[in-house]
Amino acid sequence: MGVSRREFLKLAGLTAALGLGTGTAFELLAPGQVEAGEYLRSENALRGKRWAMAFDVKKCLANGEDCRICIDACINEHNIPQYDNPLHEIKWIWKDLYRYAFEDTENPYVSDDYKDKPFILLCNHCDEPPCVRVCPTQATFRRPDGIVMQDMHRCIGCRFCMAACPYGSRNFNWLDPRPHIVHYNPKYPTRRRGVVEKCIFCNERIDLGKKPVCVDACPVGAIIFGDLHDPNSELRQVLRKRFSIRRKLELGTKPSMFYLI
Amino acid sequence: MLEKILQGDRRYWMWVAFLLAVIGVGFACYVYQCFTGLGITGMNRDVSWGLYIAQFTLLVGIAASGLMVVIPKLLHHYKKFIDLVMFGEFMAISAVIMCLLFVIVDVGQPMRLFNMILHPTPHSMLFYDMIVLNGYLLINIIVGYNTMLADWKGVPPPRWIIPVAYLGVPWAVAIHTVTAFLYCGLPGRHLWLSALMAPRFLAGAFCSGPALLLLILFIVERVTGYRPADEDAYQTLAKIILYAAVINMFFTFCEFFTAFYSNIPAEKHGLLYMFFGLEGYHRLVPFMRTSILAGFLGIFILLVPPFRRNRVLLGIACFAIFLWMWLEKGFGLVIGGFVPDPFGKITQYSPTLPECGIAIGIWAIGALILTFLFKMAIYAKRDGQRM
Amino acid sequence: MYDADKIIPGLIVFLIIVLFPYYYTMGRVVPAPKPIKPIKYKKCVEPLSYMRAAHMDILDAWRDEVVRHEKRVYVSSTGKEWDMSLQNECLRCHDNKAKFCDRCHNYLGVKPYCWDCHFEPNKIKELPHKMMTKETM
Repeated sequence: MGVSRREFLKLAGLTAALGLGTGTAFELLAPGQVEAGEYLRSENALRGKRWAMAFDVKKCLANGEDCRICIDACINEHNIPQYDNPLHEIKWIWKDLYRYAFEDTENPYVSDDYKDKPFILLCNHCDEPPCVRVCPTQATFRRPDGIVMQDMHRCIGCRFCMAACPYGSRNFNWLDPRPHIVHYNPKYPTRRRGVVEKCIFCNERIDLGKKPVCVDACPVGAIIFGDLHDPNSELRQVLRKRFSIRRKLELGTKPSMFYLI
Repeated sequence: MLEKILQGDRRYWMWVAFLLAVIGVGFACYVYQCFTGLGITGMNRDVSWGLYIAQFTLLVGIAASGLMVVIPKLLHHYKKFIDLVMFGEFMAISAVIMCLLFVIVDVGQPMRLFNMILHPTPHSMLFYDMIVLNGYLLINIIVGYNTMLADWKGVPPPRWIIPVAYLGVPWAVAIHTVTAFLYCGLPGRHLWLSALMAPRFLAGAFCSGPALLLLILFIVERVTGYRPADEDAYQTLAKIILYAAVINMFFTFCEFFTAFYSNIPAEKHGLLYMFFGLEGYHRLVPFMRTSILAGFLGIFILLVPPFRRNRVLLGIACFAIFLWMWLEKGFGLVIGGFVPDPFGKITQYSPTLPECGIAIGIWAIGALILTFLFKMAIYAKRDGQRM
Repeated sequence: MYDADKIIPGLIVFLIIVLFPYYYTMGRVVPAPKPIKPIKYKKCVEPLSYMRAAHMDILDAWRDEVVRHEKRVYVSSTGKEWDMSLQNECLRCHDNKAKFCDRCHNYLGVKPYCWDCHFEPNKIKELPHKMMTKETM
């Protein structure tokens, strides 16, 4: 027996690593074979090049400052948990006062029409989103039609995107969300603790030919949804007629939520 | 060499037992976190990174700081640091392992971490962080372990180590630069959006890391009687710490100047919240002011040669410099970046008890690894065959 | 062998612990799992043998196509079109997870975490709910 203890250990370690490693690598990296099946878009899917929304703030406020119909529609559609503790809250679409929504344009002399009035806030689905730049697994990514999507299956919960988002639109599931869900939508899953979530522009509806649920729910049509690249869309027409502002334009994110004031 | 871990006197085993107990408590807290979720920490929707990532940022600096011992010896053939290098590298190994552990406990879905490898994302700084941290760990293990074996046998280290050691020099700069790039490329966080982040991180690492190393070596000397380097080498290291500390303090002053002279609210608010309080919120102020005072104290002691040569005062200076960085990077900078939030509102953060338990548990793991590695290193150097 | 008086007993203890699952269940007969197939529907997305082996591959592919590539319709090898959704399509027929999915999964000790997020649409009452009080309404 001329093998020293060190040589024996090296050989054993190498064999174990190779044996475990090759088997594992083969299982993990070999692509799963699915039988000849085809994946198609739904025929009704809305097709657009750059989805965006405009909020007619005057119409929204005229319907009542306490109105939360769009917010509740989103909550019920997507099984969004309602936390009593505001530190853990999850909000995909919500309202806040002008001076918080546009905090970089702090203006004590803004007109009474908008001072201390609530504005609708949500993910801006930016053209150049910082959150997509920083995600290490591409769990958040930008679709070709402009929606910044969240893949809840791939998210590792590192919350880098939450640090990167300059609009505060992102949420993390600090706890198990299910005990905090009031009403379940049988057609949409919940999320589990440890993943990031945010407004996904109702991609599950757009891909089936329907508008986002907040757009449909608004009783006064204050949310206008459309394709920015289509010069004849209702959205582009209203943007030509009315002056609009967006949040934090100087950061270069090119947000797609327009506020018609 | 590994069997040396199992040989020690009573004090050694009591220290190991104490560390294992702390690790046990930390692990129990982590199990609690695994079952309940990260909601057991103080992190929230507005301050979404807390103690874990802050300590990770500090420890990446400590890991990179091995460079301050390696560069004089490797590139400038400063012979007095020959025996110090291994201890610097072993401290780097321990620090990098702590970094990786802090990332693992912070992530919401640790079982999905492999996704970072399955779906590589070259435009994400976290992807590069993963690569450079693990690469640095590998470099230090390879170089440190082989050097230790060579010392034990009384032969010079194998020649193939030299290119690896040279690779470690820019790599150490890379790990802390990439970590700084995590912060300074985010458009919405004005405290971090500064070109000076990476230089500040490096300067801070290069003063606090060697300071920690010196402190640990003083303790090692007390406990084992072994001296890896003579007083001249320690004084040189103290001067390196001094230069890095002064540069770091200057960088901090530059940040203050830009923020307050430009008078732009977004630039000012972060520093105001950290050092003076903002709109009545001032939870971080005592920590940040203490950190600056500790920094000045350390610099002052190191500046005056008779003080620097006094072992007790040098120890106090090293502790002060480390405390400065531990409070600033390991506490203030990351948390302060989230205040005020993107709406101009302020949500404060305090770590909870389980969170602190996990963090202390990870520090205990680092201390245990450091103890084991240093024990082997001392044995190799003191009792190994000398040529 | 050095330290034989420590190593041999140690090896024996190791073998006792590692072989526990085998000798503990020796002689016990555990019947093969019998998932209860849905009554009204005869054909699944793909043939049975393929589904048994590769349903997770199909679900993985569906997941990526729906979430990441905007596809919604799967045309199977028989030419039939299916809505790519675990919750809305698979569970439409296999509407009792405990009688179907769990049978084999429990037998094999497999715990797919799909169910952390996806749920059975007709079992909503069994899911945890938040009670709305007057204050939170």
